[in-house]
Amino acid sequence: MPLNRDFVGRTYESPAPYEVSRVKIGEFATAIGDANPIYHDRRAAVAAGHPDVVAPPTFPIVFSLFGTGDALADPDLGLNFAMVVHGEQRFEYERPIHAGDELVWTSTVEEIRSVGRNEFLTLRSDVSTTSGEPVCRTYNIIVERGGAA
Amino acid sequence: MAATVKYDEVETGQKIPAVEYRVRRVDLVRYAGASGDFNPIHWNERHAKAVGLPDVIAHGMYTMAQGSRFVTDWAGDPGAVVEYGVRFSSMVVVPDDDNGATITISGVVEDKREDKRVVVTLTARSGDSRVLSKARAVVQLS
Repeated sequence: MPLNRDFVGRTYESPAPYEVSRVKIGEFATAIGDANPIYHDRRAAVAAGHPDVVAPPTFPIVFSLFGTGDALADPDLGLNFAMVVHGEQRFEYERPIHAGDELVWTSTVEEIRSVGRNEFLTLRSDVSTTSGEPVCRTYNIIVERGGAA
Repeated sequence: MAATVKYDEVETGQKIPAVEYRVRRVDLVRYAGASGDFNPIHWNERHAKAVGLPDVIAHGMYTMAQGSRFVTDWAGDPGAVVEYGVRFSSMVVVPDDDNGATITISGVVEDKREDKRVVVTLTARSGDSRVLSKARAVVQLS
């Protein structure tokens, strides 16, 4: 079933600030197999010029989709989750995320389009600190296989 | 924060040697826990086959994370990556054995930009498949 184009332009706010912890950064870095001390050791991070341990580049995937689950599950959108795959992912960074950051974001359904038999939905999240400093933007394209057929 | 690679020492077209990354079932379970993505296609063979997949497949974001690891290991600082994007073009099938699958990543410095930034394009393969396409990072060098 084609996705409902009325959702294009809708925005969703993060439910609550996401507190970035050293423990979570270390856990995520370990899970991707990356032993870089800048992810694990505060002293190494500070020696490299960072305020604290920094998060690996793909870390925003951990939190940036919170708050949009309800939107994607809205029956009016018409998304069949069983047929969803991750199509593309992109990050643009203003600065690295580091432990101690308190992050909020606004997610926007930027585009819905058909490519062949598939439906593509682009979700952009603009991430900033609670004090309003821009941190990064994430672009998540999900594909509903067969949705446009 | 500073990359250890110097902009003036990098040439357009320069190759970054391939690195192999192993991915086994336990790595996917650990990544599921750390990322919060518990989609059963990434850990449950019965479920994966029921939805038409050949076997359990790796999270696309796991493969993407190996790509950024490749770039940050080359550049010397995770903070040097200013942009990073990929398209997931094929699956990484992870069998239930001790070897799992292998993701082989290599890179090329495609372009030198202003402000000491370079564009690195990545090639990521697993088995006979190219698992990422349009994989590129913009990196701030020193």
